[in-house]
Amino acid sequence: MTPYIREKKSFGFEDIPENTAFEAGYLVTVNSGWRNIRPVVNAEKCVGCMQCYLYCPDGVISVKNGKAEIDYNFCKGCGICSKICKPNAIEMEDER
Amino acid sequence: MSVKAKDLCAEEFFYGHKACAGCGGSLAVRNALKVLGKNAVAVLPAGCMSAVGFNFPQLCFGNNAIISTFAGTASMLTGIEAGFRARGITDFTAVGFAGDGGTADIGIQALSGAIDRNDNIIYICYDNEAYMNTGIQKSGLTPFGAKTTTTPAGKNIHGNIRPKKNMFEIAAAHDIPYAATATVGYMNDFLDKVKKASEIKGTKYIHVIAPCPTGWGIPVSDTVEAAREIADCGLWYLAEYENGEFTLNYDPKEFTDVTAYLKKQGRFRHLTDEDIAVIVKSRDEKWKKIRGSWNLK
Amino acid sequence: MPKKFLSGDEAFAEGVRLAKPDVISAYPITPQTIVVERLSEMVEDGSLDAEFIHVESEHSALSCAIGASAAGVRAFTATSSQGLLYMAECLTYASGGRFPIVMMNANRSTALPWNIYGDQRDSLSLLDSGWIQAYAENAQESLDLALMSFYIAENEKVSTPFMVNLDGFTVTHTYEEADVPEASAAENFLPPYRTENKLDLESPKNMAFSAGPEHNYIFKYKEHRAMLEAVSVIEEAERKFAEIFGRSYTGLIEEYLTEDADFVIVTLGSIAGLCRETADKLRAAGKKVGVVRIRYMRPFPASQLAAALKNAKAAAVLEKDISFGNEGAVFSEVNSALFRYGTFIPTYNFIGGLGGRNISASDIESIFEAMEKGLSEKINFIGIGGERQ
Repeated sequence: MTPYIREKKSFGFEDIPENTAFEAGYLVTVNSGWRNIRPVVNAEKCVGCMQCYLYCPDGVISVKNGKAEIDYNFCKGCGICSKICKPNAIEMEDER
Repeated sequence: MSVKAKDLCAEEFFYGHKACAGCGGSLAVRNALKVLGKNAVAVLPAGCMSAVGFNFPQLCFGNNAIISTFAGTASMLTGIEAGFRARGITDFTAVGFAGDGGTADIGIQALSGAIDRNDNIIYICYDNEAYMNTGIQKSGLTPFGAKTTTTPAGKNIHGNIRPKKNMFEIAAAHDIPYAATATVGYMNDFLDKVKKASEIKGTKYIHVIAPCPTGWGIPVSDTVEAAREIADCGLWYLAEYENGEFTLNYDPKEFTDVTAYLKKQGRFRHLTDEDIAVIVKSRDEKWKKIRGSWNLK
Repeated sequence: MPKKFLSGDEAFAEGVRLAKPDVISAYPITPQTIVVERLSEMVEDGSLDAEFIHVESEHSALSCAIGASAAGVRAFTATSSQGLLYMAECLTYASGGRFPIVMMNANRSTALPWNIYGDQRDSLSLLDSGWIQAYAENAQESLDLALMSFYIAENEKVSTPFMVNLDGFTVTHTYEEADVPEASAAENFLPPYRTENKLDLESPKNMAFSAGPEHNYIFKYKEHRAMLEAVSVIEEAERKFAEIFGRSYTGLIEEYLTEDADFVIVTLGSIAGLCRETADKLRAAGKKVGVVRIRYMRPFPASQLAAALKNAKAAAVLEKDISFGNEGAVFSEVNSALFRYGTFIPTYNFIGGLGGRNISASDIESIFEAMEKGLSEKINFIGIGGERQ
């Protein structure tokens, strides 16, 4: 299961478990605030080779209908995808 | 049997973690889990990956995962494997992900014990060549010449004075069923090795180079490039140990320039020509031995 | 019930066999070795269906047991002295993760100087590790605690690891006649281990995680609360144990002739027997003396001790321990309990038996006499004298 953002984000006395075992993949915060630059996919140039998907440390790239898509909630803007992309289909743009 | 990107499990099992941008370790963990699938039971000792992945209530593993003590990756894997077997569960893979310090230093005793018992586990060492989580201190896998916060480069001593421990051959010397080296720069090779390990019974050890941009002093976008170059210039090698024999998987016709590899990285920038000559000499001696006695693929 | 002639270690191994752990991971150390040897034989002859894991250190012994417990099965380990200290990191790991592992510890002196004989400095130095700590007096109690420890530790409200301490050599290696319960009766006593605190393929978990300052202390509070829950579960276990096996125990402390006693020795472990014999002798001579044996150091019997000593004129804590630069750790604990519950009587500390040195009947008699006469020194080393100020 891919971890995802849950509705319940704050935990008070009663919610804290007795032991240190909890539901796998329970996320309460995103990483989008880490970025200064963001990868932008040029769908015309993207050939769907999946290299960006393969080398993304955060696993935020998926290839849908033959084109790379980025989950900007969790992309940290490292730029590995842009460097690895042979057809130069991913440009790094400044975050505004 | 080569594992391609499209063969990987579409689900992500290491997601939303707080690793630094461009982290090589998280790339290794992420993709190994995508090879092993949802029934992987992961053990991670104290270190980068556990620090960035398990902060209640932000829990970033989609599969079963647990932090072990720093020294206890292998011994906890043993216990989990035995426990699952006692419950009659067979369709799972116990896999550990420990850093270089957690493997070659504090965890080497437990790892040796597990290999000695031939416990049915996969142990993956993601090697970023220093204690990065605590702020770049020298480990047993820090290479010769590297500057760390505990091996500062000064006039008298130019960084770390000792070469890397050879964990791959240490594991092999136990006559382990399977051991391999890899780098996150050549991902398909790494994925093939993880897949192969998952199909072998007994203890498996995979040592994967996983650059840390913060500790290596490289741009965050250059992780993969650095991880390729280390193999291309001959300072790392891609190999396997199986059935008592070593096999080299990648034999570059010509090495790329070692100086170019080193000088791109902040941790090596202080090295003199003499220092680099020492590194090149030890590389050439190692490759002479490899090419003289290992199977060449 | 068949009676057997067993050492404390062997009796404990028999208790473990009856408890049927799934995973045993252990590393040999004197005077614990007999336990792991017997358990290995039981696995070999098929009378115990467990995975016996030959780990390469005590750290791995407990780390492996934690892994097994995290996989949802019953886990056992055993150690002593240096081994206990070597695995100390894993002790707080097991308790913080609420893994109800049972461990036998053969109480032995800690280096330096090297010494393999019994004192209690090893386990007493780890009172704050979050483990339940019981101290057995003899082989029979060792066997019975082996069974009861799993019952108590695995109770859902408790879910806390359990350390059973046997005095090195005086209990571990001393042969006595002991009842070994039938396996069917043991099954009636101890239910199979069931928990949600486990890695689970159907409902995956992230375990043994970090928790920052906001949440961490709540986890710690709940850990403390669970240990306190153990008090009633110990009573429940002993009641059920008595029903099935016909042997009774008395909870956190065991009192002997304390009801009208003026002078009471408080102690723990195997020396309690000699204290009771001495008390009998002095009673015959008209002295009103009694003995309290602490069976559990954690959870600590604070109110029980205060009540037991309420009418005494003085009490002496006899222990095989010293917290260097202070006093015996048990003495500190007892004083704190008496103060908390308003039992204000003079108390004295007698430290003896370090490194296995013998404590004789006349030593014990002298302690009773000293209490009666009154002592200027609070902290006394048997055979050496009072603490120099």
